[in-house]
Amino acid sequence: MGTLHVAAAAALTTLVFAGATTAANAEVKIGAVLSATGPASFLGDPEKKTLEMYVADINAKGGINGQQIKLFVYDDGGDPNQARTFGTRLIEEDKVDALLAGSTTATTMAIIPLAEEAKTPLINFAGAVQAVYPVKPWNFKTPHTDLMACEKIFEDLKKRNLTKIAMISGTDAFGKSMHDQCKTVTTKYGIDVLHEETYGPRDSDMTPQLTNIKGKAGVQAVVNPGFGQGPAIVTRNYRQLGITVPLYESHGVGSKQYIDLAGAAAEGVRLPAAALLVAEKLPDNDPQKKVVVDYKKTYEAKTGQPVSTFGGHMYDGLMILVDAMKRAGSADKAKVRNEIEKTRGFMGTGGVVNMSPTDHLGLDLSAFRMLEIKNGDWTLVQ
Amino acid sequence: MPEFLQFLASGLTVGAIYALVALGFTLIYNASDVINFAQGEFVMLGGMVTVFATAAGVPLPLAALIAIVATVLVGLALHRFAIAPARGASAVTLIIITIGASILLRGLAAVIFDKRFHSLPPIAGNKPLLVGGAAILPQSIIVLAATAVIVVLLWALMTRTLIGKALLATAANRLAARLVGIDTGRMVGLSFVVSAAIGAIGGILVTPITLTSYDVGTLLALKGFAAAMLGGMGSPLGAVLGGLIVGLLEAFGAGYVSSAYKDAIAFLVILDVLFVMPHGLFGRAGVERV
Repeated sequence: MGTLHVAAAAALTTLVFAGATTAANAEVKIGAVLSATGPASFLGDPEKKTLEMYVADINAKGGINGQQIKLFVYDDGGDPNQARTFGTRLIEEDKVDALLAGSTTATTMAIIPLAEEAKTPLINFAGAVQAVYPVKPWNFKTPHTDLMACEKIFEDLKKRNLTKIAMISGTDAFGKSMHDQCKTVTTKYGIDVLHEETYGPRDSDMTPQLTNIKGKAGVQAVVNPGFGQGPAIVTRNYRQLGITVPLYESHGVGSKQYIDLAGAAAEGVRLPAAALLVAEKLPDNDPQKKVVVDYKKTYEAKTGQPVSTFGGHMYDGLMILVDAMKRAGSADKAKVRNEIEKTRGFMGTGGVVNMSPTDHLGLDLSAFRMLEIKNGDWTLVQ
Repeated sequence: MPEFLQFLASGLTVGAIYALVALGFTLIYNASDVINFAQGEFVMLGGMVTVFATAAGVPLPLAALIAIVATVLVGLALHRFAIAPARGASAVTLIIITIGASILLRGLAAVIFDKRFHSLPPIAGNKPLLVGGAAILPQSIIVLAATAVIVVLLWALMTRTLIGKALLATAANRLAARLVGIDTGRMVGLSFVVSAAIGAIGGILVTPITLTSYDVGTLLALKGFAAAMLGGMGSPLGAVLGGLIVGLLEAFGAGYVSSAYKDAIAFLVILDVLFVMPHGLFGRAGVERV
């Protein structure tokens, strides 16, 4: 009799507990607006694949705080208007707990005000510095900024004693922003910009602009802020014209595709990039080696495509968010926001992240490695 | 002087691409009054099919042939299933159909191929030729030469063969053409075939220089359309010259004035020309088809 009672009581308790956990088990909703198609698809596509891959993995391992993640992913095609529409839908209809959104600077700038208004934590993947400065309470970002890329390039130029440069910049949001950021730190590094040219993001020939740069006396190096296929054509045209001074690309071309497209012309080009690009080449004592090698292996095994830094930014964003939700013990928006802001010593594919109320990016210059393309592959510049 | 030559080479190469697109516009417009905004997608298909065929191990010449045939089939299908059934609809309706077809083709290409940029190995190597201090890619010369050959062949087809004459007759007056026994429907179909083939050849030849992706057609269609308007819609000679002029304007605009305004410069000049000569440089003035 006694045992029966105990058993019944136990069964009842389990039932009650089960009920309680199901009630708390309403899924964690994460919304994403990414440019999986369109001109910025090389950003959005690996981001989307990374996100879906790792969310499935987290769910298989039991989710966050025992809750499964429900993912809402929309493709804005690189169009800021679409990004805004989908952002609104995520917040108002899907009622997501957090946003991982914005593949490009333009789409991100369209989404930030929505997240601020709805008081929903947002981690974005834009390159430009204005996607995180000035700091807004609900907005965070994982990729390096263009300002950091510029400083890394200028640091290298100074080391090589090349202080008189020309710039050829894309007229898209990325190229424009990086160009403007570069101009803010020229005096800090003692760099003289002797000549400036621009090109449209879809242009197919940049020889006229490069001819002018070639004709400019005293230029010791050329810096090309831009992303997409533009820099690949710039690089090809650069070799076609036989320009011999060093060419620096931005972190915007940090994928194998750039080397494939530019071919032999990419030989000797330098660029700042995240450690992910040279994962296996990092020395074994590098603290970042494990995380980047793991991510690279997982991504390449699952998708069959070479890893790019852009997917890595998504990995960092997702992990920072998941960690914050775990520490907060729930998906409560305000608590999660506070916890994201308290992220310290997080080792991501982009570097060590130390967030603070005044820094919602948390990376420093050491996160960038200066790379040189040799024999069709990246090598670390020592 | 080397700068001038370099700008000239750049302008002519880019211009030749626009010229090929403009030619495609012109042919179809002549035969059917339709402005085919899917013309840029023909260029895209030529490049993309070749890229993926070579990636699958097909030798380049065969891959190029497959690409041309595939694009021609798409052109035929576009005519057969989208344009022909809407025969009798207004020109605006037909233009909207071609814009729809263009979006459809782009979407299909994104799904069937992928969304990345691709390149092809140049036919005659990557080593630039030095002409008077200007570095010119051998591929640019091939593009220009091919454009010239296509124009000559087209001219021969139009004036030296019965089919060409039937095509011209259809362009001049469809009713009269039908009265003398020309199958005008087939002629319009033929114009789609030839346009698609020209587009595909252009796409294959320029891919080593300009790279290609599923969505390169949009901008090419716009620039080619501007070139066709500048040359005078309906004039093959005008289309070629229009294309070259737009290319040269962009190159010289970028080189001598400002790269930031190069597109604006090109379009400003086109607008000015059209203000003075509303039918373009070689357009037939005041022909109203009834």
